[in-house]
Amino acid sequence: MSHESSAALPAAPEGLKGVTADWSADKQAFPVPWGKAMMWIFLLSDTFIFSCFLISYMNVRISTTEMWPNPSIVFGLNVFGRDIPLFLIALMTMILITSSGTMAMAVNYGYRRARGKTAALMFATAALGVSFVSMQAFEWTKLIVGEGVRPWGNPMGAPQFGSSFFMITGFHGLHVSCGVIYLCVVAKRVLSGFYDRKGTYETVEVAGLYWHFVDLVWVFIFAFFYLW
Amino acid sequence: MAHGHSAEAAAHAPAGGHGEGVQHPIKIYLWIWILLFVLSTFSYLVDYFQLQGMLRWSLIIIFMLLKAGFIVAIFMHMAWERLALKLAILLPPLALLVLVGLMSIEGDYTFVTRLKSFVQQVHTPGEHHKVPEYTPGH
Repeated sequence: MSHESSAALPAAPEGLKGVTADWSADKQAFPVPWGKAMMWIFLLSDTFIFSCFLISYMNVRISTTEMWPNPSIVFGLNVFGRDIPLFLIALMTMILITSSGTMAMAVNYGYRRARGKTAALMFATAALGVSFVSMQAFEWTKLIVGEGVRPWGNPMGAPQFGSSFFMITGFHGLHVSCGVIYLCVVAKRVLSGFYDRKGTYETVEVAGLYWHFVDLVWVFIFAFFYLW
Repeated sequence: MAHGHSAEAAAHAPAGGHGEGVQHPIKIYLWIWILLFVLSTFSYLVDYFQLQGMLRWSLIIIFMLLKAGFIVAIFMHMAWERLALKLAILLPPLALLVLVGLMSIEGDYTFVTRLKSFVQQVHTPGEHHKVPEYTPGH
């Protein structure tokens, strides 16, 4: 009897409820928590956004008839009386990689239910993110105030240098800043035992995915904008 | 043989559908971390020693792809996901290569067009039909 009633299809709800029912129906393609699948899909779309910026940068750099400013010199820094090329950028790269490492360990400790260690590593990651954004702010100030770089021109060569630089690094910096807030919110919840009550620490891994993506984008920016 | 198989199966088991996670030893993250440091240092040294030409571009690209690969595979756990998810996330970005190709052709075309018309601009509007030859080096 109960067999028969369960075999009959339940009436599908209409309207917005129907949309929710259809999307949450038992048709799962990816055997991962939905938050993780959605984060991956968001990151995929973000990949296309950053690619549009980097490809348009490639396009203006190919098509300009003026000299492109040499990033090695523009982003050089005088440290202890020596001019070191790309010093600040190299430091920012190391900081971001380190933050990715601490985040990966936070995810690992999360799955071991080590609440304190997870939260501490996440706060460390966020702190490294803040230092990254601060160095970026320093770099922007140096370029805008010190070297007179503007989105429409600069004294060193091709005017497109400024617009590409501000757009690409600005959008990346925005991602880092959002990531810091995101990590702090999740870390606070870790500390409060929210995920112990929820029964899963997968939110920590989802936040980790976002943070590693920010690091991933920087790898491409570092190669194409600063080293090229 | 059977031993190796079971060890591999054990290593892959946690990712096989349980949302509750991948329990790797912390060591693997530390190793990848060090590896990323080394690769970043290498790509920085490419600039520091001012390598130029094909050597520079190929080294930059190789180090970049290695770093990106390790971040996605290990840090983002993509290596332990199922193939359906891997394909869904990793294949679409390949379409970007088409855009890269199109935009570099377009960039070259714009460059050549600009060289021609920038030389034209020097002349008064009345005689713009006379297209002076472009001399390289100017």
